[in-house]
Amino acid sequence: MKIAIPVEERASAGSVCQSFGRAPFFLIHDTETDSNIYIDNSAASAQGGAGIKAAQVIVDEGVDALITPRCGQNAAEVIIGAKIKIYGVLDDSINENIHAFKEGRLPHLNEIHAGFHNHGRG
Amino acid sequence: MKYMRGFITMGEDNLKIAVLSGKGGTGKTLLSVNLAASAGECTYVDCDVEEPNGHLYFKPKELEKEKITIKIPHVDLEACNGCRECVNFCKFNALAYTNKLLIFEEICHSCGGCVLLCPEKALSEKEKPIGGLEKGKWENVTVLTGILNMGEASGVPIIERLLDLSKSMEGLCFIDCPPGSSCVVMESVRDADYCILVAEPTLFGVHNFEMVYDLVRLFDKPHGAVLNKCMKGENPAEKFCIDKGIKILGRIPFHHELGRLNSEAKIVAQEKKVFGDMFSLLLKTVLGEVCHEAAVNSQR
Repeated sequence: MKIAIPVEERASAGSVCQSFGRAPFFLIHDTETDSNIYIDNSAASAQGGAGIKAAQVIVDEGVDALITPRCGQNAAEVIIGAKIKIYGVLDDSINENIHAFKEGRLPHLNEIHAGFHNHGRG
Repeated sequence: MKYMRGFITMGEDNLKIAVLSGKGGTGKTLLSVNLAASAGECTYVDCDVEEPNGHLYFKPKELEKEKITIKIPHVDLEACNGCRECVNFCKFNALAYTNKLLIFEEICHSCGGCVLLCPEKALSEKEKPIGGLEKGKWENVTVLTGILNMGEASGVPIIERLLDLSKSMEGLCFIDCPPGSSCVVMESVRDADYCILVAEPTLFGVHNFEMVYDLVRLFDKPHGAVLNKCMKGENPAEKFCIDKGIKILGRIPFHHELGRLNSEAKIVAQEKKVFGDMFSLLLKTVLGEVCHEAAVNSQR
């Protein structure tokens, strides 16, 4: 099973990124081999629609689950459309959250925010 | 007011004068409504499509309404083979592909690129209503009002249509701009011959005034300032204008009765002679400046 986590840097000792769409990298963890790979999030610098593009990146990686502190409406539509389950986090430690996920202790992410697009008069 | 014609020596019968301010509540609508009411046959265009207020003053008659739509892609899921040409093309990330194509209408900027690109011809354009416009009459003033539906991302297509429509109108055209200095404001001033920047004597007002000042300079538009809500004492907006060498076209006092009449959606220039004279004089100054700028520009 493959899980994706938005992360600040390419190190599992680092912390989970608070933003999904604008995260610099995604950690893809394979629970069977216990291996980590890091991929660039090409949406991090997108002008708009970053959540949608980041979700596309995750979908294309063929992951089964996403662990993220927050997720916007549009991104969630893509992710849920691809039958990927979305989980929240316990704290900002990457390893701790992977561990909790394996033990089935991570909550489903219930709050999908409406997004930050077009606030102000874009 | 036929005598106004004398000021327009460049043979420009369809001069567009945009009124902008940056900060909301500074007096754009007060100024543009009263200038229009003082100008005889002219057009007033309310480009503040998110909250158009000008019609509250004019209460225009003989209303004609028009719906405004934008074109957004529509997918024929049977024909789509998931090649993702459209997803990769869209700079706004309005498309995504999971096991089928997803279209995010509110992110789409209606460029039409995806429809052109689709090798399977699975995408077509459909009309999506985003608002409308109303055209009506108050005395000799044609009142054009743009209205953006709640929740829509951009009023630019409505402003485009408003200004397109205003081109066919006789006489002067006053463009009441939205607040701020974003896309909708840029669209509103793009074709303007002259920009009036309204300023209020607060630090907030000056901060936002500076942003629209930068904007009109970026667009290389001739401009001048009207100082609204003038009181005794220091006026930071006036200081800014003097420091930057911005022509001050006139001053509107922070006047109790003016404020009251205006808050009752009355056209102050119509209600009291002293206000009528003030706006007539202001209009004269503005038109003098417009002609001066036109003459200077033609010599460049």
